[in-house]
Amino acid sequence: MRRVLAAAIGCASIAATVVASAEPPAGAAACSGCHPASTRVTSPVPRLAGLDQARIVRAMEEFRSGKRAATVMDRIAKGFTDDEIQAIAAWYASQR
Amino acid sequence: MKAGRREFLKSAAAVTASAALLSVPSFARGAAPRVVVVGGGFAGASCARALRKADPSIAVTLVEANATFTACPFSNAVIAGLRELSAQQFTYERVAADGIVVARTAATAVDAQARSVTLADGTRLPYDRLILAPGIDIRWGALPGYDEAAAGHMPHAWRAGEQTLLLRRQLDAMEDGGLVVISAPANPFRCPPGPYERASLIAHYLKTKKPRSKLIVLDAKDTFSKQRLFQSAWNELYPGLLEWVPLSKGGNVTSVDAATRTLVTDFGRHKATVANVIPPQKAGRIADAAGVADRSGWCPIDPVTFESKLQPRIHVIGDAAIAGAMPKSAFSANAQAKTCAEAVARLVTGGAPSVPKLINTCYSLVAPDYGISIAGVYQPSSGQLAEVPGSGGVSPADAPRAMRALEAALGESWFRTITAETFG
Repeated sequence: MRRVLAAAIGCASIAATVVASAEPPAGAAACSGCHPASTRVTSPVPRLAGLDQARIVRAMEEFRSGKRAATVMDRIAKGFTDDEIQAIAAWYASQR
Repeated sequence: MKAGRREFLKSAAAVTASAALLSVPSFARGAAPRVVVVGGGFAGASCARALRKADPSIAVTLVEANATFTACPFSNAVIAGLRELSAQQFTYERVAADGIVVARTAATAVDAQARSVTLADGTRLPYDRLILAPGIDIRWGALPGYDEAAAGHMPHAWRAGEQTLLLRRQLDAMEDGGLVVISAPANPFRCPPGPYERASLIAHYLKTKKPRSKLIVLDAKDTFSKQRLFQSAWNELYPGLLEWVPLSKGGNVTSVDAATRTLVTDFGRHKATVANVIPPQKAGRIADAAGVADRSGWCPIDPVTFESKLQPRIHVIGDAAIAGAMPKSAFSANAQAKTCAEAVARLVTGGAPSVPKLINTCYSLVAPDYGISIAGVYQPSSGQLAEVPGSGGVSPADAPRAMRALEAALGESWFRTITAETFG
């Protein structure tokens, strides 16, 4: 019984590792409230999945500094650190 | 829908058969972890889908009594005759197509010890984790004279659907020169800028269709969301038509008389032609039944996982939750849903959730081509969700009309995007 349980837990932790690598970094999941996750939605707000990482980082930095004109993104970008922006941009760049 | 029901019964039966093993987590038995989500609004439906996306091995059941969801955001435009109610309505076919079992029934009780939800037909649905997203209930009786029968004369229209249409019909039927009165409740309540967007769009309706009429907002507060932006727009667009009466000027409504459509304050009586009473609210009923609501009527939660502070393995998201600085909005509900789903997906497989960061953005219409917004970024701090210092805020006070028009359009595209993610 113990061996069965151990095996089951072993499987579960492998599954957990896979899930972990796909987990969006802090803040990333909220973006799709406005940035469409689906390609079927018509919106002036760009879809983020698959965008170039450096392009997302630059946009966030410019929103945060006020260099780029914004409606809400200036206010939102100010809530994120450089590291968080890098992680979010990398995650979206890896999505399809 | 039939297949869904059959699937649901089958899985419920299978789960009952294994009830003896309840004390061992599903994942440790090699079985699929079971998560039950109660409530199919922006929080619940988003969460069910996000759970399947985070980990397709999780068996997700969504318990929702209604076949159709009617969205509150933009329902003020329906009241003002700018939009049809059908544009607010969504079904659960696509949610079911994600492999979620949609149980079209009400949850009536929760046994936190046995970890099961009781459904209207008596079925007990076991879970490893339960997520409650029941939205709001009206606190009937909290405002003397305002009960369910009174709402048939003085609609609240704070849960979208028939109430929304009733208020619209009453405005349609009103003769030019009538008095419309809105009463706004004390905090907290669903959609903090909602009463003021509603006042704006009703004022727009009156200005264009019934210009001799007047609108009074009786408020139980002295301050409200996006206040400066609303008031400056009211001065510009609706001078002499819309009057806001704050608490300190006698705005607090202490009782109502539905038969005469009269709202009573400490300072006087207002006999309305059309009265919209936005009453005090609390978390949806199942929260109370599950023991996750505190004396305030709302649900205290852990800011990392949204797990109830009162009952283990039960999470609360959306309007029902006490989410610190996050407002009770559809955007917040959807963001909390995705955060909670990630945390629960980790917890049911024995993992540890990571510290989240959340966003809220709310657009309000002051006129069809005049939008304003508030945005915020939130993170756990001292056991609460707190605003990240230096972030967030409202639209600029001095923005040109082109910016207001752009924000009105962005509000509409936000609605398309978030409803597509939740239901589409």
